[in-house]
Amino acid sequence: MQPSEVEKMETVTISMKNVPALYLEADNVSPDAFAGKTSAQIADLHVYEGNTTGKLGNYFEVSGNAGATAADTKIVVKGDVKRVKYIGMKMSAGEIVVEGSTDQYVGAWMKGGKITVKGNVEAFAATAMRGGELIIEGNAGNYLGAAYRGDWRGMSKGTIHVMGNAGSDVGMYMTGGEIVIDGNVDVHVATHAEGGRIIVKGNAKSKVGGQMVDGNIFIFGTIDIMMPGYKYVDTVEQEVAGTKAKFAHFIGDMGERHKTKKGQVIYGNLYTRV
Amino acid sequence: MSEYIIKNGHVFDPVQGIKGDKADVAIKNGKIVKDSEVSKSAKVIDAKGKTVMAGAVEIHAHIAGPKVNLGRIYRPEDKLFTCTPTHGHERMGSGNSIPSTFKTGYEYARMGYTTAMEAAMPPLFSRHTHEEIRDTPIIDEGAFPVFGNNWFVMEYLKNREVENTAAYIAWLLRATKGYAVKVVNPGGTEAWHWGLNCLTVNDPVPYFDITPAEIIKGLIDANEYLGLPHSMHIHPNNLGNPGNYTTTLDTLKIAQGIKPKNKFGREQVLHLTHTQFHSYKGTNWGDFESGAKEVMDYINKNKNITVDTGNVTLDETTTMTADGPFEHHLTELNHLKWANVDVEVETAAGVVPYIYSPNISVCAIQWAIGLELALYAKDPMRCFITTDHPNAGPFTRYPRVIKWLMSQRARETQINAFKHKDKVLSQTGIGAIDRELTLYEIAAMTRAGPAKSLGLSSMCGGLAPGMDADVVVYNINPEKPFENPDQIEAAFSRAACVFKSGVEVVKDGEIVSSGNKRTLWVNAKVNDNPQVMRDITEKFLKYYSVTQANYESLGHSFVPNPYALEVDATQ
Repeated sequence: MQPSEVEKMETVTISMKNVPALYLEADNVSPDAFAGKTSAQIADLHVYEGNTTGKLGNYFEVSGNAGATAADTKIVVKGDVKRVKYIGMKMSAGEIVVEGSTDQYVGAWMKGGKITVKGNVEAFAATAMRGGELIIEGNAGNYLGAAYRGDWRGMSKGTIHVMGNAGSDVGMYMTGGEIVIDGNVDVHVATHAEGGRIIVKGNAKSKVGGQMVDGNIFIFGTIDIMMPGYKYVDTVEQEVAGTKAKFAHFIGDMGERHKTKKGQVIYGNLYTRV
Repeated sequence: MSEYIIKNGHVFDPVQGIKGDKADVAIKNGKIVKDSEVSKSAKVIDAKGKTVMAGAVEIHAHIAGPKVNLGRIYRPEDKLFTCTPTHGHERMGSGNSIPSTFKTGYEYARMGYTTAMEAAMPPLFSRHTHEEIRDTPIIDEGAFPVFGNNWFVMEYLKNREVENTAAYIAWLLRATKGYAVKVVNPGGTEAWHWGLNCLTVNDPVPYFDITPAEIIKGLIDANEYLGLPHSMHIHPNNLGNPGNYTTTLDTLKIAQGIKPKNKFGREQVLHLTHTQFHSYKGTNWGDFESGAKEVMDYINKNKNITVDTGNVTLDETTTMTADGPFEHHLTELNHLKWANVDVEVETAAGVVPYIYSPNISVCAIQWAIGLELALYAKDPMRCFITTDHPNAGPFTRYPRVIKWLMSQRARETQINAFKHKDKVLSQTGIGAIDRELTLYEIAAMTRAGPAKSLGLSSMCGGLAPGMDADVVVYNINPEKPFENPDQIEAAFSRAACVFKSGVEVVKDGEIVSSGNKRTLWVNAKVNDNPQVMRDITEKFLKYYSVTQANYESLGHSFVPNPYALEVDATQ
């Protein structure tokens, strides 16, 4: 970030004061929705709790005014937001810092900007992400960077970094961008992927790269059960996420259709550290 | 019932030949009456500087039934960000290309549509279809059962038994509360059961030893034998393939010389649906070009044919058809999810999502072909606007299609936005067409024409005294030219006011009543036919998974407000 940008960045802090009884749908907690608004106007934005529509200010203490645009706005979320969904949904610029853990759909459909969650997130974080940066210092739930239910368009651009573990179905239908997981992942990695890059520093269980057509998966640890549709090609030395190592290179999923690019048949690539 | 008088609007009514003259339209007891027949207490609607038309009539859309619902079930992403919460008179709705039943009714009404036909009802699932129709508010609806791959029909027609075919059609229309004889890829969907297809009208159907041409001819003859309100309604063989316009012309030629026989004022014996998908020249997707001129030239010359366009709207949508083999072909092309449903001895269907991208030359050419057809049509009373909803685009895009048809400037803007503009101009005739349809022609293509083709000309599609009071007021002043073609789209998207059978259902684009929805069906009486009745009993025992008693759609739970068109074919 350029120093000039830092200077004009305005910070809005929202602190949970009345924890909702049900889950709160707060897609308005985004720099795009806050931009150009005073703290009072921000408190007046709507949120949903079950089938009732309420105000953000009913649940959160809002302090500070937003910047003129999303890019000039930083949001700090404090307090217990474990029952708040959709933080940073569709955001295009600016920054959000969630100081604790939060619920589903963090950064879903985000196009730009940066979200940092200091705790854990539940499922569907960065659904169909199209750009920007998502950092999760704790663990991520299932369907990280995946496509929405039924859709065939998963994460296409941007980066996700999970410092803990991730659940199942990471990068389902991924077409681009990068996901780095420092810990372990559950079953189904990059299912149906047609691009993108997933790096798992820990271990994977099974169904890694199932029905994958294109894209790259790196597993530093072990895979409990390898997919039968993957074929060993060779062993390569590569620098991946700052670590230089030797990897066994597999291609697949052989049971899926295969694209051709400039006369070359394209496969998904699965690398496991040797 | 309330009385209304819609005053000083510019009326466009092809039924009475009124071309924008200022006139009053009076409503009493759900019908249109002469101005003198309403009392002084009639509520006045001021339509000064506005356009008044009859309620529009949808002749072909997939809006109810199992394959529509399959689309809804397997495309949750179609509902994403498209939900409308309960407000005012409206219940909640969702979906874009496959909206929920409630949203379907509201969206049609908002655009000024008051009657719509579900274009393909699998007879075995008529109960499901009618339950959805029941839950679609405001608009009158009918449903066309599919006959083109039906085992009874193929067995009777193999032996040229038109009378038995007619008796079976009459029985099935009554059992399923159906409206017309629909044919989808005749013989081809049955061939699909054997992993095959019928791509010309002369390809033999496996096992049944019959050709599509024989099925088509036989069903036209049976339709006219009965004198049904609508003609045989066909989606021909070889849909969506380059070079298929010859199959289309071969199909149309089968109707040559056949005269309509009915008491409903219908003049055609064959309705060709979503003609855009059947007007392709070229040999592959590389040299793909428009065959709209060839197909429409033939239609212009042959008065016993009506058509609808099937305009591509350049949207993400969901294709669904009883043409099972075509949907398999499509999923192989676009690699998106595919669902297939087989309906026992009657039909089969497939569903595949599709994105008509303006950046893909084939999609842009398809867009041009649909518009070319409507713009080449000499008789707007025989060429109707559809999007084959949701196959070429959602029905909610009709206002946009009307904009393109009414404004050369709007077409040019779109052509210039295409990535492969030059290809669109070289492979189609769209660039050379300067015709701009008038409001009168639009009224013919969306109201009077489809109503007449459906045999409903005495009920709807016009504003003559005695007809149902389906009346729409649009915010269009025909005396003032549009500053921007987008105003056409905006005006047709949200009618100023809509009456359905004399009930005000839309006011300033908002739903104000759920109306008095009816289900239209055709009750055809034929002479007792013990052979056909025995065949039906036998097939139910032998092949069907349900009993005959569980087959019929009847009673309040399926058809709560029926309106039967009576036909007497006893001789």
